Amino acid sequence: MARAGGLSRDCRELARVNPTTPEKAFPTAANRYLLPMRPEQLLHTRPEGLYCPAGDFFIDPVRPVERALITHGHSDHARTGHKSVLATRETLAIMKLRYDDGFAGSTQAIDYGRQITVGGARVSFHPAGHVLGSAQIAVEAGGIRIVASGDYKRQKDPTSAAFEVVPCDVFITEATFGLPVFKHPDAAGEIGRLLSSVAAFPERTHLVGAYALGKAQRVIRLLRDAGYDRPIFIHGALEKLCAYYQSEGIDLGRLEPATLEDAPRGDFAGEIVVGPPSAFSDRWARRFADPVSAFASGWMRIRQRARQRGVELPLIISDHGDWDELTRTITDTGAREVWVTHGREEALVRWCEINGIAAGPLNLVGYEDEGD
Amino acid sequence: MQRFAELLDRLVLTASRNAKLKLMTDYFRSTPDPDRGYALAAITGDLSFTGVKPGVLRALGAERIDPVLFAYSYDYVGDLAETLSLIWPGGAARSSGGPRLAQVVNTLAAASRSDAAGILAGLLDELDIPARFAVIKLVTGGLRIGVSARLAKQALAALGDVDVSEIEEIWHGIEAPYEDLFAWLEGKDAKPEESAAALFRPVMLAHPLGEIDREKLDAADYAAEWKWDGIRVQVSEEAGIRRIYSRTGDDVSGAFPDLVEAVTFDGTIDGELLVGTPPDETGSFSDLQQRLNRKTVSAKMQARYPAFVRCYDLLRSGGEDLRALPFAQRRERLENFVARLDASRFDLSPLVKFETFEQLEVLRQAPPHPAIEGIMLKRWDSAYVAGRPKGPWFKWKRDPFLIDAVLMYAQRGHGKRSSFYSDYTFGVWTGTEEALELVPVGKAYFGFTDEELKQIDKYVRDNTVERFGPVRAVRAEPGHGLVLEVAFEGLNRSTRHKSGVAMRFPRISRLRWDKPAGEADRLEALFMLLD
Repeated sequence: MARAGGLSRDCRELARVNPTTPEKAFPTAANRYLLPMRPEQLLHTRPEGLYCPAGDFFIDPVRPVERALITHGHSDHARTGHKSVLATRETLAIMKLRYDDGFAGSTQAIDYGRQITVGGARVSFHPAGHVLGSAQIAVEAGGIRIVASGDYKRQKDPTSAAFEVVPCDVFITEATFGLPVFKHPDAAGEIGRLLSSVAAFPERTHLVGAYALGKAQRVIRLLRDAGYDRPIFIHGALEKLCAYYQSEGIDLGRLEPATLEDAPRGDFAGEIVVGPPSAFSDRWARRFADPVSAFASGWMRIRQRARQRGVELPLIISDHGDWDELTRTITDTGAREVWVTHGREEALVRWCEINGIAAGPLNLVGYEDEGD
Repeated sequence: MQRFAELLDRLVLTASRNAKLKLMTDYFRSTPDPDRGYALAAITGDLSFTGVKPGVLRALGAERIDPVLFAYSYDYVGDLAETLSLIWPGGAARSSGGPRLAQVVNTLAAASRSDAAGILAGLLDELDIPARFAVIKLVTGGLRIGVSARLAKQALAALGDVDVSEIEEIWHGIEAPYEDLFAWLEGKDAKPEESAAALFRPVMLAHPLGEIDREKLDAADYAAEWKWDGIRVQVSEEAGIRRIYSRTGDDVSGAFPDLVEAVTFDGTIDGELLVGTPPDETGSFSDLQQRLNRKTVSAKMQARYPAFVRCYDLLRSGGEDLRALPFAQRRERLENFVARLDASRFDLSPLVKFETFEQLEVLRQAPPHPAIEGIMLKRWDSAYVAGRPKGPWFKWKRDPFLIDAVLMYAQRGHGKRSSFYSDYTFGVWTGTEEALELVPVGKAYFGFTDEELKQIDKYVRDNTVERFGPVRAVRAEPGHGLVLEVAFEGLNRSTRHKSGVAMRFPRISRLRWDKPAGEADRLEALFMLLD
């Protein structure tokens, strides 16, 4: 990020397509006037977030609004204080766990694949493969369909329903890992590397940093799939969410709190401990025997990122699609126009340009860049 | 190739020396010949290929991917080799197939300047991402994984349960892929013969002289000589082969062509490499540094800082190995031997006459030359043995220099210390009384107890003014700050540091909770030590 210097900015200017003035940017799209509605009339940005005037709702708004549609439970997308919230049953449950009962005035759960009418728009939720309950939201009105994908991935994940391709006119894609350098290897192979390290250093504790919602449960489930059946020790911040995943039928095996009274040999030597990444630079981490610090994140693909964080064992496991997944998905949706948001927009816009797809950055603010 | 790539990735991110040794030993144990031998050579810097320049890497990238996307990617990653390894089409999955390290090494070795780029591209097509990175690092030279050749040899010693000096002794007579070495270490074959001439002889080292040792020793049993502040070397000539080795057995001949020219004897000398014109002019360590870590040395540099050796010991004379003789006899042989050599390149380290340790203590505190860093004590009857045996030799160093500095920045440590702020940057005052300013003069990460570490860590957390990743800036003003008493061995001029000085071997000697920050030392006090 520190290197995002003048070059990127200049190129972004060159590639910029403002979705509110598409005629100027795409003079060749002469057939556009045949459409009854322009895409940016159906969805456009406001300070609160992505807004649909026909249905009078926002998708993942960053400020309290009357009516919010929420793609998934990560805190930068699912915020409190909205009057009414429409989301999947799982996302609503996760919000309740994180914010207590009063997180919204009223809530409505929606199943994947069911279409309902909100004001003058029809909306449906489809699996995004990001975390448990995560959804892409398809919005239709005036003869066009836009899919707001939220965060998504295509890689296999036993803790989340698999991503579904939803054909659409306009696809709004995330770009967290929107550079061709991001190529996520098979997650099971990364877990194999963790287990080899545990075998090589039986006297040390392996501390695995993983975000509390989604990543942590996926890492634990992958360890079980790899045949690891010892208790896995977890930081307190993971307890409620792990219990919720278990209650949803995702078997995480035996989990124990990583507290001193429960230490098997006094100092967790030879054990695997999973916790939020922030905890490992904290005083909390002092209880562990000569720890090997591991971090499960797509950012671990870049060595300098691992080095800066003092990570000894980087595990490239991500909730977000890598470059190949992002570009394949754009192709799969058949969208004739792509709006790119949170992440490295300019490279994905450039890719669309090379491949003859109209594209532009969609400048949404308030979404964290680092949440993987 | 994948296992080698994984080893490099782990080594570069591992801080602990023991963990590095473990990673290497495990790798050598579980990897077959000849792959492990080539890996060893890559780590010790004994592999070299027709170099590939960064421009070639850029051109390869431009052939395979849109230049704008390449530019965005390089801009983000910041490292050309890494960018190319990631962006190269295919190979996202970690694979276990593809060519082995030995095949890769042979392929690269056969490349010439004209076809190197094409051959590299062919290899990149066959490898996964980590292996591509390793190959690019191999051809561009310099793995930079924070492992010295000596550490790799120590991993070998652990593999075979032998002393590292045994490996150092034969090292320069064996070659990649070292199958004979591994066969010996695994007990499958005899130790490789010392086949080459002018091989390195593992050096003899001394223990520091403690208070208790001194009371037990009889002054009459020991010879004393000055401990010179240069670099310890071994100079050897045999069958026309001339070598200058560092104390860890690295061949450093290339940096000292002027000295090599004067190695016209059949023998092996142990001594201190210094610059100047002996016996009258001996340069400081700062002067010597002008000659260190250089691949080529200009004639001007050689004339300005001529290298010479102050001789301590004679290990071999012609075909005769002298190491088993007592020091007194070796010394006599050395005196005769050095007398026949070029006096501008070799002189004798003088003995210091003394009767009691009290006399010696006076001399130690006030040595006759600034390039002296203490006194060596050697038992008259001691044989020359490898390593650091307790008893025959002692070093009695001059007391360290001390300054009071102010803690400015603290960085989190690694491994056991990853939750502690344990690496400290400290500074001294400069500027006028009214506008005092701290200038950083060094960094230290040891010298304190575990209990003191906790106290400093708490101080850092309570007095943080700014954060930069793992580093915290700590409040440091004349009226508020933590004073650290820092001990160090010497001071060099440095153009790379803002303060203009660089400390040698700094460590925290005391925490001065009692001392107001404004009363810490000034930069001028350090400059006084330079002259």
